[in-house]
Amino acid sequence: MARSGSSKPIRVLIAKPGLDGHDRGAKVVARALRDAGMEVIYAGLRQTPEEIVESALEEDVRLIGLSILSGAHMALFPRVLALLKQKKATRIRVFAGGIIPDEDAKRLKKMGIRAIFGPGASLDEIVATARRLAGPSRP
Amino acid sequence: MNRRPPTPIPLAARRVLRGDRQALARLITQVENRDPDALPAVRALYPHSGRATVVGVTGPLGVGKSSLLNLLLSHLRAQGTRVGIVAVDPSSPFSGGSILGDRIRLERPAGDDGTFIRSMASRGHSGGVALATRETVRLLDAFGMDVILVETVGSGQSDVEIHDVASTSVVVVVPHLGDEVQSLKAGLFEIADVFCVNKSDLPGADSAAKYLNEMTHLVNEKAGWRPSVVQTSTTIPRGIPELWEAIQRHEAFLDSNGSRRTRDRQQLTEEILGLVRERVDARLAAALEREPDLQALLDRVVARKIDPHSAADRLLAEVRRPK
Repeated sequence: MARSGSSKPIRVLIAKPGLDGHDRGAKVVARALRDAGMEVIYAGLRQTPEEIVESALEEDVRLIGLSILSGAHMALFPRVLALLKQKKATRIRVFAGGIIPDEDAKRLKKMGIRAIFGPGASLDEIVATARRLAGPSRP
Repeated sequence: MNRRPPTPIPLAARRVLRGDRQALARLITQVENRDPDALPAVRALYPHSGRATVVGVTGPLGVGKSSLLNLLLSHLRAQGTRVGIVAVDPSSPFSGGSILGDRIRLERPAGDDGTFIRSMASRGHSGGVALATRETVRLLDAFGMDVILVETVGSGQSDVEIHDVASTSVVVVVPHLGDEVQSLKAGLFEIADVFCVNKSDLPGADSAAKYLNEMTHLVNEKAGWRPSVVQTSTTIPRGIPELWEAIQRHEAFLDSNGSRRTRDRQQLTEEILGLVRERVDARLAAALEREPDLQALLDRVVARKIDPHSAADRLLAEVRRPK
């Protein structure tokens, strides 16, 4: 099909795991990804890892973006990765943002979180990373 | 009648019929992307559709469609009904991107495989739904969902395409949305099988319901059905069982006099015509690409040497030419 309708926009799930209620950052990132032409499923606050993975599978996203400020990232992020593995869905790549100490970030990256953005990260940088992680197209 | 397809059933279709949620999700993506690779599975699943009740929920921006959907979802799940949801939000005409935010309001127990929720961007399609909405509804139907709820984008007065997708269309309004004359206007208010006055905890709900009731007595009698008017509130919450009863009354009406068949026929006619248009569009785009004289043709139109109608004839001849 030669129409413009045959394009394949990148689908991203943006979610906030855990219990903090500060979603300004997640919303700003969602908006930036939208402006970059992506379809952003905004799952909102207080999502469990189970809910996040379930949503990601139903929505058939290529990326999950996790935002967290509560400090529970070492408990929640590995759980998301484990569930993706359990569902044979490691094709879905995960990036994150929030308040995450450097040593934790290092460990999380080793576990499979592809990119981590702290305060001061530019939207351009986040968009470019999301594009790179999404890759050209699914095989 | 032999309804078995002549070719073996594609793997993707078999997986959907087996209840594989990831296979369903991926097929929906392919349908959204208008990926021709999805066609064999889509075709094979067609005979397995036509069983589900398809309820469209439409209405202006901010009237509470998603919240209503959430309450309908839990009402139906409590009865053991399997529910599919397609929630459409607009794509940006500038970037093509979209924020799909309807999931925020949809709550369900984790691991509930009697529910499948899918967000969908309109991708430039006008009318309140996406090009792929109908096909996605059918996939959810073949997947075994009993009821499929379709939430349109926040609709304008002429966004009535949900009427071509749903067996029952619910038009949601709120108090003080406009005066009586608004409800007499053509478009959105004509497609309602059920009117839902949401936010009925607010003052003015009774008179809004009264206006709608009077209006349905006056003008909206279509083929023997007078739309019901239900008052709901999602904050209290109230009116949800009544809303579902009204939907079921309309569904029973469709079955009682053969109008379900008529409606199905009309919807499929629209769908087939839409598919033809899509194919013609694609061929037109291809024809434009290989029309070396297009600029020259345009120059002549601009110079008033030939008229737009003649130029259109010329392009149409190009579209008709076999590739």
